[in-house]
Amino acid sequence: MDKKSPILDVQGLRKSFGGLEVLKGIDLAVHPQELVFIIGPSGSGKSTLLRCCNRLEEATSGSIWVDGVDVLSRSTDINRLRQRIGMVFQSFNLYPHMTALGNVTLALRKVLKLKRDEADRRGRAALDDVGLRDKVDAYPYQLSGGQQQRVAIARALALEPKIMLFDEPTSALDPELVGGVLNVMRAMRKSGMTMVVVSHEMRFAREAADRVIFMDQGEIVEEGRPAEIFGNAKHQRTRTFLQNVLAG
Amino acid sequence: MDLIVETFFNLDVLREMYPFLLDGLWMTLQLCIVIVPCGIVAGLCVAILFSFRFRPLSWLVIVYVDFFRSFPPLVLLIFIYYGLPFVGVDIPDFAAVVLALTLNTSSYYGEIFRAGIESIPRGQWEAARSTGLGFLQTMRYVIVPQAARNVAPDLTSNTLEVIKVTSLASVVAMPELLRLARVAQGLTYNPTPLIAAAAIYFVLLWPLVRLLSRMERRMIAGR
Ligand SMILES: Nc1ncnc2c1ncn2[C@@H]1O[C@H](COP(=O)(O)OP(=O)(O)OP(=O)(O)O)[C@@H](O)[C@H]1O
Ligand SMILES: [Mg+2]
Repeated sequence: MDKKSPILDVQGLRKSFGGLEVLKGIDLAVHPQELVFIIGPSGSGKSTLLRCCNRLEEATSGSIWVDGVDVLSRSTDINRLRQRIGMVFQSFNLYPHMTALGNVTLALRKVLKLKRDEADRRGRAALDDVGLRDKVDAYPYQLSGGQQQRVAIARALALEPKIMLFDEPTSALDPELVGGVLNVMRAMRKSGMTMVVVSHEMRFAREAADRVIFMDQGEIVEEGRPAEIFGNAKHQRTRTFLQNVLAG
Repeated sequence: MDLIVETFFNLDVLREMYPFLLDGLWMTLQLCIVIVPCGIVAGLCVAILFSFRFRPLSWLVIVYVDFFRSFPPLVLLIFIYYGLPFVGVDIPDFAAVVLALTLNTSSYYGEIFRAGIESIPRGQWEAARSTGLGFLQTMRYVIVPQAARNVAPDLTSNTLEVIKVTSLASVVAMPELLRLARVAQGLTYNPTPLIAAAAIYFVLLWPLVRLLSRMERRMIAGR
């Protein structure tokens, strides 16, 4: 495949819930190793956009391609495709009845059909990558929020996805636990992972994002390099949003 | 006082009749050993079919559950036992009892599992599906284990009910505990075997009752 072709290519994406149109024609291309940051007010459709990309939500119209595969085609094996799209949720969504290692290895064993010891090896490596080598046998309730989120990241990473989608990964965390998760994301970026991040961590965006996208009312209002968006936004809507967010 | 002991707690009668009671107990246990797992599996299937959220299927499930929950199990048993031979279906006694009580109890187990499955947050589904697990894999590895744990007290309580309801089989001359206790009573003109049967039921059920209240207390504490 052409090296410059995007990993994620969204074109003309529309999504309605009943009569309410929450995505009004989104175009977005994310290239290999890019970190794209999506910001925008509550209800602007950020989560819905991410969730359409792995079909947790069915798009109403438009096209979505991930790693050269047509996501919306009926003939696409969606379970196969989802292995290549890691997703991290605001509320972690760890399986409470399984240990950290159990959480990470479930899909390795049942989807990739790896043997138990091979799955364990890869699971341990993934937990090691997120700094939780000593927590493999802990259950979610024994972990802090930050640790739980890192397990959730390891769970997605262990499948060796082509792209990772983060939906407000730090919003449910106490402030002192945010840093640990961001560090993991920094390391992923360094290792070349392609990432789309919905988040309000503006400092992190400034430092790590290649591109920042501002969404409002189901549309992409503007996008640009972090310095452009944060220092010199073209649209009043963007500036108002940023003022509100930065004012706390 | 002697009269009471002699009538209700007559050891001679008990000594003479305990083989009957043991046979009856064994049959009751056999019924439970077959009906409880059948009911649980059927109930789980019913609940899973419902959660496909495919309209016609959900509708069928609701009809099934409502029908067998409102059908008195004794009537159902008599219907199957005496009714089916009329239409040419010859079914062994044991199978008739198992069928009737499984139909009855699976509707209750089904409702319990359905409530359990619905108690699991959507995020669990989304996390599992987003890693490529299919619907049934998600059910099996993620949803049902948590759901079963959440409704364990209800499952236990329904299992208690099943064990009690096997005594209905005495009506169709199934040689289970109650039936044989009554036979023994007839042979000896003495109600001691019935008292003994009651005691056996109690010994059988009481540990489950204890377990149930332990679980209920733990669920409340876990909140
Ligand atoms: N399942 C659903 N059914 C109906 N409406 C929905 C559903 N999911 C989302 N919506 C609506 O779609 C709109 C966009 O929601 P979305 O969750 O994508 O916003 P968001 O940008 O992620 O907001 P937030 O910052 O609060 O997470 C909202 O108006 C929301 O109420
Ligand atoms: Mg959201």
